[in-house]
Amino acid sequence: MFNNIQEFYNMLPMIIIGAGILVSIVIEMYSRKSEELIAWFSVFIFIAAAIYSLLTVNSTSIILQGMLATGGNVNILYFIFNFGAAIVTLLSLDYIKKYGTYYGEYYILLQSSVLGMMFMAGAKDLFMIFLGLELMSICFYALAGINRKRLNANEASLKYFLLGAFATGFVVYGIALIFGTAQTTSIDLIVAKFQELSGNLLFIAGILLFVIGFSFKIAAFPFHMWVPDVYQGSATTIAGLFSTGGKAAAFSALIVTVGAIFSSTIGNLFEPYLIVISVFSMLIGSIVAIAQEDIKRMLAYSSISHAGYMIIGFAAGNSEGLAGIIFYLAAYTFMNLGAFGIIALIEGKDETNLSIKSYAGLSHRNPLLAALLSVFMFSLAGIPPFAGFFGKYYIFIAAIKAELTWLAILGVVSSAISVYFYLRIVVLMYFKDAEFEISLEKSNTGLFAVIVSALLVIALGVAPGSVINLISSFF
Amino acid sequence: MLLEVIIFITLALIAAVSAILVVTRSNPVISALFLILNFGALAGIYLLLNAQFIAVAQVIVYAGAIMVLFLFVIMLLRPENEKKIFSSNPLIKTLAFVIGGVVFIQLIYLIFIVRPSESQSPEVAQSIQAGTVEKIGTLLFTEYILPFEAAGFLLLAATIGALVLAKKKFE
Repeated sequence: MFNNIQEFYNMLPMIIIGAGILVSIVIEMYSRKSEELIAWFSVFIFIAAAIYSLLTVNSTSIILQGMLATGGNVNILYFIFNFGAAIVTLLSLDYIKKYGTYYGEYYILLQSSVLGMMFMAGAKDLFMIFLGLELMSICFYALAGINRKRLNANEASLKYFLLGAFATGFVVYGIALIFGTAQTTSIDLIVAKFQELSGNLLFIAGILLFVIGFSFKIAAFPFHMWVPDVYQGSATTIAGLFSTGGKAAAFSALIVTVGAIFSSTIGNLFEPYLIVISVFSMLIGSIVAIAQEDIKRMLAYSSISHAGYMIIGFAAGNSEGLAGIIFYLAAYTFMNLGAFGIIALIEGKDETNLSIKSYAGLSHRNPLLAALLSVFMFSLAGIPPFAGFFGKYYIFIAAIKAELTWLAILGVVSSAISVYFYLRIVVLMYFKDAEFEISLEKSNTGLFAVIVSALLVIALGVAPGSVINLISSFF
Repeated sequence: MLLEVIIFITLALIAAVSAILVVTRSNPVISALFLILNFGALAGIYLLLNAQFIAVAQVIVYAGAIMVLFLFVIMLLRPENEKKIFSSNPLIKTLAFVIGGVVFIQLIYLIFIVRPSESQSPEVAQSIQAGTVEKIGTLLFTEYILPFEAAGFLLLAATIGALVLAKKKFE
């Protein structure tokens, strides 16, 4: 229960989305034109929750009997989820029309998954992390298969469901072992007891299982095989959501748990494990992406290597690393959503133009789209002055501060490899002639969403200092 | 007291008879249905013992979720071959009798020789109190209000997702 009205105001972003889901269901029941109405309603509640959480970023508190944290970096993560979801909604407006008529539920599932992400980011209790993870994942399984007529989408949905349920099993076993040894699920109490529990093998096994389960959701090395198939099979806008919101939510749950443990005196017990998964994720992602001909598969492998860079922040284990991860998540969310948005605009009615060859000569046919896609590709490759560069910069600085210079160098090598396949797209667009004609789809809302993400990528790249100072001030 | 005894005897008879019917029916679907009856009667016995939470969990988890899975598997797979293995190999029947006998002797030993219900430690008495509807309801609506609401949204989302994926036709 709320102790005072301030706690209610602090929780308002979550209440906006929760109430929005219920209102959307009523709209879906009674309105003939529900799909348009719910889409714009979703954009409205996402933007409202995003702006509200950014405005109340300083009202830190722990509410509802120690279940939920508000304010600070939690609100910054809320902003990333909600703004990202608003962009996905704008992209979807025209995109999913080619799927048939069932869009109403699509947006309700989108809202529910964002609510799950918010539960994960704000959690102060392992219960809430698990419930948030399940709420988000179940919506994702359904969203991956939303186009039931395409075999690819069915395959992606089933694959994602089976592997996701398997990974959830790891998380639950981990939580059960942690609960059994610490006799509480409250994260603060577990961190307080960490010194005495760190000798307990069952407790360590529990935390390892927990981290392993989450490395599925962030698409890191031991559990990365599902990523290309699921991204390729599901709708492009939804793949954009998986790679940004879903990844950001899983990282925020890791920041809440693992990050809290690192701030205790015991130091970084899991450093070797984290280093191994980050090195393999970076290198596998960057090297395999070179061989990809399908642009969605290429971005899927690039998303694996980006997960690797972010895990460096955990391996560094200092507050700079965690702040760097949050900045990286913001940068990655907007640049990747922009890239997926452009793919959604170009891929065509039957999703035929997914090969990277379709992008040859795009600068002549549509200079605006080509320029925007170049911005996103430069940013993903980590070239200044775009946001992606500063995300990597802060993470590598944190690694050097933690005396992991060789890991930072490996990260730089891996991003140098990745420059090849990002810039290949830019070269194709500007210096090659089109081999075949493709018809571009008109979507004003989609174009608007892409432009907004490009502006955010440039803004984060031009003024990264104030953002990183704001994030660091909460650690 | 008398009413309690009558209810107990009725439920116990239902449980025992349905348990016998589960293993003697030749049609697996009918066996499964008798198993549901058995679980229901057991839930009633738990209620008589003031274990309200276990009674509800028995109905929801066993009689509800697990039995639905059982019935699905039986109806989809039609396990005719299993029946042949069972009738052709007499060793399985003897093994079943031996395991059943061991469990039976264990229960007799516990109930009539160890008699755990007569020497209850205070912790055990407390844990019995923790399973009542009042205690669980109070916890759900005070300390665990947020997980409770989150679980509500989780079930809602799962329902909508299942509808989207399984609905036959969209207008």
